[in-house]
Amino acid sequence: MKVLKVIPMYLLAIIWFIPFLWSVWTSIRPRELVMQADFFTFKFTLKNFVTVWDAAPFGQYYLNTIIICVGILAVQLLTTTLAAYAFARMDFWGQNVLLIIVMLQLMIPPESLIATNYLTINSIGLFDTKLAIMIPYFASAFGIFLLRQMFKSVPYELEEAARLEGCNLFQIIWKIYVPLSMPSLIAFSIVSISAHWNSFLWPLVVTNSPENRPLTVGLAVFARSSETGAQWAEVTAGTLIIIAPLLLAFFLFQRRFINSFMHAGIK
Amino acid sequence: MTSKRLKITLTAYLLLLPSLVFLSLFTLYPIVRTVYNSLFHMKLGMAPRFAGLDNYRTMWNDPVFWKVMRNTFIFAIGTIPVCIALALIMAVFVNQSVWGKGFLRTIYFYPTVIPAIAAASIWLFIYTPKYGLLSLFASKLNLPSYNWLGDPNIVLWATMVMVVWKEAGYYMIFYLAGLQNIPKELYEAAEVDGAKPTYVFFRITFPLLMPTTLFILILSTTHGFRFVDHLPIMTKGGPDNASNLLLYYIYETAFTAWNNGMAATLSVVLIAILLFFACFQFFGLDKKIHYG
Repeated sequence: MKVLKVIPMYLLAIIWFIPFLWSVWTSIRPRELVMQADFFTFKFTLKNFVTVWDAAPFGQYYLNTIIICVGILAVQLLTTTLAAYAFARMDFWGQNVLLIIVMLQLMIPPESLIATNYLTINSIGLFDTKLAIMIPYFASAFGIFLLRQMFKSVPYELEEAARLEGCNLFQIIWKIYVPLSMPSLIAFSIVSISAHWNSFLWPLVVTNSPENRPLTVGLAVFARSSETGAQWAEVTAGTLIIIAPLLLAFFLFQRRFINSFMHAGIK
Repeated sequence: MTSKRLKITLTAYLLLLPSLVFLSLFTLYPIVRTVYNSLFHMKLGMAPRFAGLDNYRTMWNDPVFWKVMRNTFIFAIGTIPVCIALALIMAVFVNQSVWGKGFLRTIYFYPTVIPAIAAASIWLFIYTPKYGLLSLFASKLNLPSYNWLGDPNIVLWATMVMVVWKEAGYYMIFYLAGLQNIPKELYEAAEVDGAKPTYVFFRITFPLLMPTTLFILILSTTHGFRFVDHLPIMTKGGPDNASNLLLYYIYETAFTAWNNGMAATLSVVLIAILLFFACFQFFGLDKKIHYG
């Protein structure tokens, strides 16, 4: 009886892992064997990775993605911390209306407004810049709600004590709220970086040159240029190149990762 | 007293200002502007011309629009229950003391960390006729190779399988969190009473996870209606729009046909769908469920 329940779940895990194994397998096979659908000649090579790395500016794409993710996160941490404090600890006029405006971004994220946001980006002259990719995400409703929840649990007495010591508002936020909210800040950072590392449609729409393309768009361009299908091995190698860092980070710090997603989703 | 309130209000607005600038520019303004643009004929190289409800009429009579809507709903409503059911089974299983549960959890979850576009590229090469993984299996079993993504009756479902693979592990996480909040005593009591596992599941686990299920349901619906990153690589919405989805159709209308008035009109439909489910969330989820 127990076995009947256990076997399907291990089977499911195997099925879940096959796409990854399949791409690793394809990427280290000589191109000719992939094209002959030859599964049993055991020959392996790393040539595909070399070819891909030379054929497309993946180094540049990496740099772009890192700049974009770090840039978004840096600004987000600032804007969300300030806003979260206001919502958590201040009683001000128009609070509910503003909260609804913030919530609107959760309901209708910027990427579902691509057509209009593209026109905005164009009219402020940001088309084909990294800033164009980043700017719609400089405010994060998600981050605001997450931190607001955390800030509310900080004992108010700490703030009062700091005020008596002569701290101003920014010092209070920086010295009391930020350090005590580290778990939320880390969770938010991990979720934010994975979201923007993976985002595709918006960067596709607002970039047009290798200097600004992130990895995801770079992969799509590379895959499109090799549409003949003759370069399956290379495309798969390219795919692995772009997923490697996050996947590696995940395998290494999986507890942290999973806890962050959990923490971010439940609050 | 009022002057103190005024001072607090001013400080609060100062703190909110940076967020509000970006929210206004890229969420609030575009929503209003999209509705406005939908009332105009706007094509590349043409001066915008007031159209009244013309765009809406054209959309209503466009068979592709209806096909795309149908696909979008099948896609969202088809993948969500499967994802949720799988996520629940995975979570319950991984939560037990079974051999290698940490390892299983990792494997169920890893597709979440992969960009949709990369997942699409991997699955494209699973579905590809002749060289793909499925064809390879088929040929070993002496079955003919099949062009899964070329068949209009199958392509949408093929993309849905990929999405289930990619998303189920993500929702598992929320169930894992939910399971940890269920008091252990309930299970101990059930064990003392000699309750069967299925009984325990349907009488304790499942009902107590209801708030989590509702949360995931809402998360996955709003997510499901704008999951399109796989289309540019896997099918481009084809063949004959058989796998096309609303957000991708908006993308095509805006950036291939360069018809911004129409793209705005379609966006209004997407906004309406997302708002509908968001209101559902607002009124349904925030009043937390209680059980007597």
